[in-house]
Amino acid sequence: MSAFSRLMASAALGAAVLAAGLPAAMAETPPNMLVIANRIDDITSLDPAESFEFSGADVIRNMYLKLVNLDPMDMSAGYQPEIAESWDVSEDGRTVTFNIRSGLSFASGNPVTADDVVYSLRRAVLLNKTPSFILTQFGFTAENVEETITGADGTVSITTDKPYAISFVLNCLTATIGAIVDSKLVMEHEADGDMGNTWLKTNSAGGGAYTLAAWQPNENVTLNANPGFYKGEPAMKRVIVRHVQESASQRLMLERGDIDVARNLNPEDIAGISGEEGIRIDEELGGQLMYLSFNQDNPELAKPEVREAMKYLIDYAGMADSFLKGQWAVQQNFLPLTFLGAVDENPFSLDIEKAKALLAEAGVPEGFTIEAGVREAQERIEIAQSFQNALAQVGIKLDITVGTAAQILGRYRARDLDVYVGTWGPDYPDPHTNASTFAWNPDNSVEAGATGILAWRNAWDPGALTAQVDAAVIENDTEKRVEMYHEIQAEFRDTSPFAILFQQARQTAVRDNVENLNLGDAISSAAYWPVTK
Amino acid sequence: MPRTATTGGRLPAPLAGFLGRALATAGSLAVTVLGLLFVTFIIGRVMPIDPVLAVVGERGSPEVYAAAREALGLDEPLPVQFWYYLREVAQGDFGTSLLTARPVVDDIARVFPATLELATLGVLIGVLFGVPLGVLAAINRGRWIDQVARLVALVGYSMPIFWLGLIGLLVFYGILGWVGGPGRLDVFYDGLVPSVTGMILVDSALAGDWMVFGNALSHIILPASLLGYFSLAYISRMTRSFMLEALSAEYITTARVKGMSEWRVVWVHAFRNIRVQLLTVIVLSYANLLEGSVLTEIIFSWPGIGFYITNALLAADMNAVLGGTVVVGTIFIILNMLSDLLYKVFDPRAR
Repeated sequence: MSAFSRLMASAALGAAVLAAGLPAAMAETPPNMLVIANRIDDITSLDPAESFEFSGADVIRNMYLKLVNLDPMDMSAGYQPEIAESWDVSEDGRTVTFNIRSGLSFASGNPVTADDVVYSLRRAVLLNKTPSFILTQFGFTAENVEETITGADGTVSITTDKPYAISFVLNCLTATIGAIVDSKLVMEHEADGDMGNTWLKTNSAGGGAYTLAAWQPNENVTLNANPGFYKGEPAMKRVIVRHVQESASQRLMLERGDIDVARNLNPEDIAGISGEEGIRIDEELGGQLMYLSFNQDNPELAKPEVREAMKYLIDYAGMADSFLKGQWAVQQNFLPLTFLGAVDENPFSLDIEKAKALLAEAGVPEGFTIEAGVREAQERIEIAQSFQNALAQVGIKLDITVGTAAQILGRYRARDLDVYVGTWGPDYPDPHTNASTFAWNPDNSVEAGATGILAWRNAWDPGALTAQVDAAVIENDTEKRVEMYHEIQAEFRDTSPFAILFQQARQTAVRDNVENLNLGDAISSAAYWPVTK
Repeated sequence: MPRTATTGGRLPAPLAGFLGRALATAGSLAVTVLGLLFVTFIIGRVMPIDPVLAVVGERGSPEVYAAAREALGLDEPLPVQFWYYLREVAQGDFGTSLLTARPVVDDIARVFPATLELATLGVLIGVLFGVPLGVLAAINRGRWIDQVARLVALVGYSMPIFWLGLIGLLVFYGILGWVGGPGRLDVFYDGLVPSVTGMILVDSALAGDWMVFGNALSHIILPASLLGYFSLAYISRMTRSFMLEALSAEYITTARVKGMSEWRVVWVHAFRNIRVQLLTVIVLSYANLLEGSVLTEIIFSWPGIGFYITNALLAADMNAVLGGTVVVGTIFIILNMLSDLLYKVFDPRAR
């Protein structure tokens, strides 16, 4: 018996000694390496013609050059020359000719030429992947790219179907899909006429600040600095983005110094880590909006007074100050702040009496029952519950259906939900991205099947707003264009079946030696090349 | 006249018997895997989830959506889809994962070794501590050590793994710094040793890189201990109960009356007789761990098969789900067969 006791004791001691003798985590990451913890399980492809996820956009922004690009050190300046050193617009406003900068090269050593630009833009149209609409909305099709996207003698011309505002065209070219690929390298990896898509999903062929060293799904993305980057080799020679799902795990890793940046801390961990020595909280507005929408196929929700009443049955401030604290800020307009044309008028607040009066006016003082679809994300469920409480006070019963993203989204796209608690992020840094989905719906019929348009998903015909949105996108006078978006948003705010609730307020915890990290604000993605430590 | 392989062209009886058993085993394995595939496939297709959305995302236009649907073969009738799938699987092709853009076979070759490494260490810890604890508890029935063992098992059964994992991280990684943090290695060690088996401990040992080995060990020790603790809870309780039964047998009393040492009574007479049952318990624990522990993998950022399959399931990435299920199912079946085989080796009555 005593032998057993000895056995147990020595086993326990052995384990303790072993654990104590193991190398403890390093206190600091190397000075030329940036280590970021982030949730990167959304990446499904790193081909810029296909990638359409947040984490993928972060990676691609650092690997590719574009005709025009945003400067992470001065985001408010808007698009700046990059591969294009200048551009001219034809008299009819339909053709933009870019003068290609000479002396640029890809990471492979191949020079960046007009042919690469033409190949990349045509390729994005021809591959016809999800983000292709950002280019095809200009009238480019598989049939006409040979004529509409052309290059000659160091210039590239694109000819659009309408004379769009030049700001709109150039803003779209700063999106991920505007990335220019090394055509020689990509074509070497072409298989079965896929224009190198299969290869480029997991490799890089750009001329940006970094090249892809490895992408292991759900594990990490590793980038190596490109010594030939035209702005000079970045200070961070290696950037590692590690997939860490849990906020608490990210926090511990940051506190231990195993990572430099923790991107997904929840409000509790942000509060807990604030003020700790060596750690700083960076705040910037993100582009995501949180909204509630009301399906106009439901006869009760289609009444204008009911739509308005709904907007008074939301405790905007209550939510922003409690469970959403620091992560979302009240914004009741469809353009996120910092976007061209954004407004910050937020006229609605929780007002039960006013809602009751509106419901009586609509002829439904006794209330009704509706169903809300919510993805299984904690904050969305809490928003639905808060809304449910307010509705209960006016006799409206809200049944909340919680499901996976794919389940709920499938029903939303099929116009099968009365109420949807959703988020929306801009596709490219131009006001048209949100205007064209919230306030534009030229054919509201079921047959149109315009599942990509939020107004259609809610069976809403925006009436005159559709034409106003069309007019704003071809207005070349920027001041006038801004004014047009102000008007569209005012009308939308009052009459639409959307209650825009919040704009993302990004809180990122970083080691305080990390400088110049811009995560893209509301209009772009993360940029690692200016970072120093 | 003795029969030989050369006379009459017949196989010798033991070889024929072995081949027959092997064929029967392979046949039963194939039928089980086929059944598993069929059920998983059907569940995947009738789930109210649209796999095309996983590819094209929320913003895809109807044209892009239709093209992706066709590329995935979803426009074909269900039986045709299943037939195509089986044909590819028979050629060792589990298709491409929608979420990772790579062949499912490659994905599994990457994530399964991570789980295998963790589960193996976990079950070793479970056995190393669980069996002695169970034996101790049995021979000290009702005394303090038995109560402690019961408490350990109770905590193991009832404590949420999520909470225990985070507390473990906080104490041993965050405060004491004794172990490595989430992930399989510190970033500086990533890619330093060539991947042979995919199990970093094994690969680094093969490469003779003890720095990497030490770092990998510092990362795996906490999640493996956590999983080991949960196996320990089960193994120690079962060991205790088996031992109690064995120790109350008449031959034990006889052995004690004959003046045999307590050590010999416990280990040689009682423990030998519970080996068979215990083995089944251990194999079951191991099989459970090999399915992957999603919560442990999430907390410790461990890129294992549990997280892989769960993620795939949520996005209706059915190639990945089916591939993962086949691997886990096959492992389960093989371990069960192994357990049966060992049963026969240890217990002459079962032969």
